[in-house]
Amino acid sequence: MESLRVINLGVEAGGRRILENVNLYIKEGQTFVLFGPNGSGKSSLLSAIVGHPNYRVVQGRITLRGEDITNLSTDERVRRGIGIAFQNPPKVSGVKLIDLLRKCANVAGLSEEEAEKRIDSCAKFVGMEDMLDRAVNDGFSGGEIKKSELLQLMVLDPEFVMLDEPDSGVDLENIAIVGRAIKKLLERDKKEEDRRKSGLVITHTGHILDYVDADYGVVLFNGRISCIGDPYKILEHITKYGYEACIRKCVEERR
Amino acid sequence: MEDPKKSQFESDSEILNVAERARSVGVEFDSSKRSASFLQVDQEARAYRWLEGIEVMSIKEAIEKYDWVKDYMWKIVSRDKDEYTKIAAEDFNGYFIRALPDCKIDIPVEACLYLKRVKAQKVYNLVVAEEGSELNIISGCTSHPSSVGMHIGVSEFFVKKGAKLTFTMIHNWQPDIEVRPRSGAVVEEDGILVSNYVLLSPVKYIESYPVAYLRKNAKAVFTSLVIAHDNSVIELGNKAILGEKSSADIISRAICKGGRVVSKGYIRGEGRGCKGHLECRGLMLSEKGSILAVPELEAMNPEVDLSHEAAVGRIAEEEIFYLMARGLTRDEATSAIIRGFLDVEIKGLPEFLKREIDKAIEMASEDLM
Repeated sequence: MESLRVINLGVEAGGRRILENVNLYIKEGQTFVLFGPNGSGKSSLLSAIVGHPNYRVVQGRITLRGEDITNLSTDERVRRGIGIAFQNPPKVSGVKLIDLLRKCANVAGLSEEEAEKRIDSCAKFVGMEDMLDRAVNDGFSGGEIKKSELLQLMVLDPEFVMLDEPDSGVDLENIAIVGRAIKKLLERDKKEEDRRKSGLVITHTGHILDYVDADYGVVLFNGRISCIGDPYKILEHITKYGYEACIRKCVEERR
Repeated sequence: MEDPKKSQFESDSEILNVAERARSVGVEFDSSKRSASFLQVDQEARAYRWLEGIEVMSIKEAIEKYDWVKDYMWKIVSRDKDEYTKIAAEDFNGYFIRALPDCKIDIPVEACLYLKRVKAQKVYNLVVAEEGSELNIISGCTSHPSSVGMHIGVSEFFVKKGAKLTFTMIHNWQPDIEVRPRSGAVVEEDGILVSNYVLLSPVKYIESYPVAYLRKNAKAVFTSLVIAHDNSVIELGNKAILGEKSSADIISRAICKGGRVVSKGYIRGEGRGCKGHLECRGLMLSEKGSILAVPELEAMNPEVDLSHEAAVGRIAEEEIFYLMARGLTRDEATSAIIRGFLDVEIKGLPEFLKREIDKAIEMASEDLM
């Protein structure tokens, strides 16, 4: 069954075209990894999918389980099952992490009692139980920000999970925790036929693939998808020969 | 001594009405939640009661009862300070609240000043926290619906050696009321003053710039939370004069919803080793109105540590979007951020006072949306 589809998407931001003819077809249970050099449009694609007001869809559409969500507001998309962990989320002074988590649980349709239970177990899972009374992202370290993002998603429990560089700036001690949390979010700890969650993960370095497996790799270059294939082969190629060579190879293979 | 269980307000129907109105804006007279209560309607101080360790009475009575009361009066705020103190000095009533030496009472005293039909309510208040005592006062000033007038309130606070006074004032006026508090405090050696000011409802004009003198090792924290609605003009600030090794924090949060806010702060470091910090943040929620932040620091010797930070702006769209990406609607996100803006961690504030302030913020946040 299909989860997220991006159909011939064109996106503008700041008066500039930043995505062109992007197509993705992600089925239930599938995890895609999104590669691409800086400025290729990876974060822009995630922003457009979650409905950031600065990213204007000028062409094409986005559907979730067949429903067109292109014109929905961000909160409506989230209520339909889209979740995102940001690379650099803003600090929100005065709003405590625990209060935001309770809101996430509420959006996920949990009762108060269920909410406390889930928040408690998820916070322990990522080792954030001592940080719940802090203002969101206020004075958090790089690793704490990533864990807090994943914690919010674990409580929200979305069907379609987007992660923007969940491994960047995370130290060795925390990378295993981050990996475990992502595995759980994307149900990679379950048998293939039992997976319902699907997702799109941005990784610049590819390190996250050491902890979480993926079904497909996508290379974004200059706002266009230039390559889709085995994520491990793509990563190997990028690591050895760089993005340009990888893209040349993809184009040649397509001919 | 009166029976503290039975409220005196029950004996008088007019007072009862006023008490009801005051309750509706958050003033609490319940004897299980307060150690003593004082209610003044216009110039009449009609009801009060007191418990062990605390004295609460009208200032008129206090002057009759104790010779020494006169020695305290008008010592920090001069009678001749301006035209308003002069008016107040001619004829006034107000409260006298005193914590006896070493008496630590954490249940607060409620002091409510109610403006009903006079043109000008003239108030003189005197608060004395004797050596080693701890005293909590919640002062709710409010006015009758659709009343028009002026409230002039002179207050003098004496925090003696090693004493702690927490004074929380929650103002709740009407759009046609002018308010001119004139306050001063002296905090003696090792004393602590925690002063909170909350004004979230419309008012015509408020002008208040109280001064606190801190002696050796004294500490003071001033926190103010204000919302300037349409047509409200709020000129507000705190001055602290620091003695040797004393410290003061002045924290303000101002929201502009169409009115004008002038948020002032002045710290003068006189004694060696003193420390002062001013923090002023403003949030513009309207195209109308303005916020002016005026932080001032003055060092009188090289061994002082004074700093300030001021920031005025709108709610960041990135923050709203971030919360929406967790499923909050735009309104819910905005309201959460406003509430967060006003949610200042006040050091040394008792839990029940925090709840009182939260309650006031809760009421106001709903109105802002």
